[in-house]
Parts: sequence; C-alpha cells; structure tokens
Amino acid sequence: MISAQLPAIVLLLTLLTAPVCSMMRHGDHAWKLSMAAVWLSVVAAFALMQQVSGGVTLSYEMGGWPPPWGIEVRIDELSALVVVLITLFGALVISALRESLRTVMRSHRHSLYYATFLLCMASLIGITITGDAFNVFVFLEISSLSTYALIARGRDRRALVAAFRYLIMGTIGATFILIAIGFMYMVTGTLNMADLAQRLPEHTDNRVIQASFAFFMVGIALKVAMFPLHYWLPSAYTYAPKATTAFLAATATKVALYVMIRFVFDVYGVEFSFEQMRLDLLLIPLSIAGIVIGSMTAIFQSDVKRLLAWSSIAQLGYMVLGMSLLNVNGLTASVTHMFNHAMIKAGLFLALAAMIYRVGTSQLRDLSGIGRTMPLTTAAFVILGAGLVGVPLTAGFISKWYLISGALDKGWLPLAILLIITSLMALAYIAKIVDVAYFKPVPADHQPVKDVPVSLLVPVWIFAVLTIYFGIDTDMTAGVAERVAQTLLGVAS
Amino acid sequence: MTELIAGLFNYWVVIFLMMAGLYVVMSSRHLVKKIIGLNIFQTAVFILFISMGKVSGGSAPILADGITLYSNPLPHVLILTAIVVGVATTALGLAIAVRIYEAYDTVDEEDIAALDTDDQQRDNAVLTTKTSS
Repeated sequence: MISAQLPAIVLLLTLLTAPVCSMMRHGDHAWKLSMAAVWLSVVAAFALMQQVSGGVTLSYEMGGWPPPWGIEVRIDELSALVVVLITLFGALVISALRESLRTVMRSHRHSLYYATFLLCMASLIGITITGDAFNVFVFLEISSLSTYALIARGRDRRALVAAFRYLIMGTIGATFILIAIGFMYMVTGTLNMADLAQRLPEHTDNRVIQASFAFFMVGIALKVAMFPLHYWLPSAYTYAPKATTAFLAATATKVALYVMIRFVFDVYGVEFSFEQMRLDLLLIPLSIAGIVIGSMTAIFQSDVKRLLAWSSIAQLGYMVLGMSLLNVNGLTASVTHMFNHAMIKAGLFLALAAMIYRVGTSQLRDLSGIGRTMPLTTAAFVILGAGLVGVPLTAGFISKWYLISGALDKGWLPLAILLIITSLMALAYIAKIVDVAYFKPVPADHQPVKDVPVSLLVPVWIFAVLTIYFGIDTDMTAGVAERVAQTLLGVAS
Repeated sequence: MTELIAGLFNYWVVIFLMMAGLYVVMSSRHLVKKIIGLNIFQTAVFILFISMGKVSGGSAPILADGITLYSNPLPHVLILTAIVVGVATTALGLAIAVRIYEAYDTVDEEDIAALDTDDQQRDNAVLTTKTSS
C-alpha cells in the first residue's frame, strides 16, 4: 500500500517537516528532525528508482482527480534519477550542516535555516516529479525563493547583493516561463505535459507556440546559468554560506536542466525544437562559449570558491552541449554528467567548506600548505578534483567519454579536440589548487590548524568514494541515461 | 486598423506594461524601484492570462442560477497562484533591500558596486602584502 503512495511520500516528507522545523527553538532538535526526514526521502527515492527501472512510467493522481483536470505526478527513469540526486546529495550536505552552521549564525536561527533548506529540497523534488506545466512554474518559484533566502545568510555583506541580483534575474526568468505556459494554454487548452505533447504537433505553424518556445528557452536558460545568462552564478556561489553552496551547486541548476530536457524533448518534441526552430544552431555555439570562457576564467581566480563556481559554468556548458548534439551518446553524456557533476561539485564545495571552517577564508594564498595540516580533507579534494578533470576510473571520465563519442558520431573532430583541450584547462585550475595545498609552505602568521570534526569529514569522503564507485559501476548513471536518451530521441534500442 | 487596436486593446496594454516594467528594472539605481518595476512586469503577465480567459458574452465564473455561459475559471486560478508568488517575491526582495541598507548605509546600486570594488581591492591588497612579506 505504501509503495503505491510513494510518489506523494517522497515529496511530502520534506515539505511537511519544514514548518515543524521552523517552530523548534533548539537548532540541534531541528537538525535531527531534518536528518530523519531527508534520509527517509532517500530510501523512498531509491524505492521509486526500483519501481521505474526498465522503462516503466508511474502515473499518480494527486487527490484522486484524473488528468488532464487534476495535477498528475509522472515519474519515469529520468525523473527518478534526478530525485535520487536531490535527496541523496541533499542528505549528505545536511549531515555536514550542523557543524558548518555554528560558524555562520547563532544557534537559535539554525531551525529557520533548516526549514528553508527543507523547503528548497521539497520544491526541487516537486519540480522533478510533476506532470503539470503550471505546477513546474509554482515549484520553480518556491525553490528559487528559498534559494535567495539561503544565499542571503552568508557572512560577507556581498551575499546580500548577490542574493538581490539573483532575485531580480531569477524572477524575470521565471515570469518568462509563465508567459510561455500561458501561450501554450491559450492555443491547446491544457496544462498537463503529456497532453501538451500530444496536442502541440498540430499547432507548430502557430506563431504563438513559436513565441512560447522562445520565451521558455530564455527563461530556463537563465535558471540553468547557460552562457550568456550566467551572471548571477559566480557571486551567488561565492558568498553563500559554505555548505549551502554545496547543495545549490549540486541541485538547483541540474533540476533546471532537467526541466529544459523534459520540455524540449517531451513537450515541444524533437521535430519542432530542432528541425523547425533550429535550437541546435543556438545552443551549440553558446554552450561552447560557456565551456571555454568558464574554464579560462576559472584558471585566473584567486578565491577558490569563485574558481569552482566558474568551473560549474563550464561543466553546465558540457551538459547543454550534449543535449544539443542530438544523438544518443550526446544526450546520455548530458544526463550522466548531470548526476556525476552534482556529486563531484557538492563534494568539492563541502571539502572547501571544511577547509574554510578551520582556516577562515577561501583565498588561495591562505590555503597554502593545507595538504600537510589537513591531510584527510585535502586527499578527498584531490580525488574529487580528479573526477572533475575526467581521470579514468572516476565518474567524470564516463561523462566526458560519452560526450566525445557524441561529438565524433556527428563527425566533428575539431569539437572533440576542443573538449579534450578544455579538460586540460580543468586540469590547470585543479593543479593550481593542489600545488598550493601540497607544495607551498604554510603562511607564517597562521594559527596552527588540525583536521575537521568527523561530521564534516564523513560526508566529504562519501562523495569522494562515490566518485570512484560511479566511475567503475555505471549501471545506475550511464545505463539509465542511455535508456532515457533512447526514449527521448525516439530511437529504438 | 481600428479592429487591430480596439479589438486587441488588452494585449497592447500587456505589451506596454511589460516593457515599462523591464525598463524600470534595468534603468533604476534604487533597489526598491527595481522591485516595483518587477511588480509592474508581473502585473502585465497577469492581465495577459485573464484576457485570454474571457469568453465573449460570458459572465464571471461564479455559479449562479439562470446563467449558462461563463468565462473560463482556470486562468483566474492560475493568476491567484501567480499573484501570491509575486507577493512572496516582493516581500523577500524588500527584506533583502532592508538588510542591504543596514549593511551598506545606501540602497543605490552604483554606490553599492563602488563599495564592493573597494572590498575586493582590499582583499587583493591583503594578498599581495602577504606574498611580499
């Protein structure tokens, strides 16, 4: 009986715990309640993954109202993979959050912070599982609002400005998506995504639908931080509280990418998006620009948080590029990298949070010699950095392999060479950090530091171990991604 | 020609409000004015949704005896939700603006950017003195 209600349970666990957390006075009680809620959601997410494996699509009617009048929850393999991503990585970050928050704010505020965090997680899960277009907008706005609040709690006063800029840009983007949904409703009369997918093909000559496609792509590209709409990301990631950046880097942009893939391939359809509206002509140059500019800017940063933020922009460029290559290998690379990069970046930001917890700043100069004073944390950082570059036996290698195969499938050898060159650029900025951490002396005016408490260290090492695990056993990531890519592109396996 | 203007009057208003709102967001230096511009922009979208829900000759979508033709109630529901989202966004934006005022003593965007560049240069200066010592 419970397994039939799983789609609702995975959403409601975090959603209902959030207001309860906000009413608690002690931060520690709120933390224990949040831990229970999110780890139960992880179990539910894996159970869902089990239920949809092999290509089954679950359809659940909220409140018993049948679609297209009621809101439908539709879960297929892609949604299940993203739900696992959100819950598992969110749970690992929350485990580290209790220790990390002690240095950022006073303890009676912690409960409110956990409440906002849980709301963010719940709304991201909601975006992923819903089958109704307007519901996507509502959950997208809930997740954006909680993200703005989470970022604004950073210690530096520039966090407030970063949150404000993100609020203005993010609201314009979400309102563009609302306009797109309005146009689609105007022409077809339905908001259910599966219904829209059936009705839109007969209206492709209608300029309203073409306009809605344009509005939607601009709105969602802003949320994905695709070049040139990436302006909000570096400041937001740099000044947000330390562990929160790990959560945001892992989930917010990846869920927006999921929405982009779902709408472009399922709702609007491959023929309309790529053959009629020629989306690939727009996405391929912009994503390549994002990759190159992101990697190059990252190399010259002196603040490690900002360096990793620009690296995220480059990696998101890889994902959008894979999506626009229009073959099975490319789309597999995009979905696999969505999962792998979430894991690697969350681990990197969490390891960095552990270093800042002891050292106090994230400037590269202040982190010199940290390989000797904090050996365990830095070792995990190196493993995750190797995953980012794409060293064989790590998860990053798998996604880069599929992406280069996708480029070669189209016969574009220069693009494949460019991808290898940008991976070398990633090696440059990771090597820069490793060099300072291991081969430079500790600054003379520093307090002696030791390694971090276990509650911060264990999640970081779990991320590092997962990076190696998913580089060897790719059934859950690449296997699922390949089946998803074949279904979305309409290619028989 | 008059059919184009008078018949589609609602949509001309939508376009005007949308562009006015976006212009206010982009050109204002005052943070609160940016939020007001955002509100104007969102109001334009609300008018767009409600205009498309109107059925000619239909009355307000409230059940009453003797009325057979109603306007479409679904856009009204969607817009109520979107208005609530807009209110929450405005509240959060104003709260952040208040905190910015407490931290920077100004809500002018260019003054804030100048103070931030000073912060950034101070950070970099600390770095260079550390490396040279």
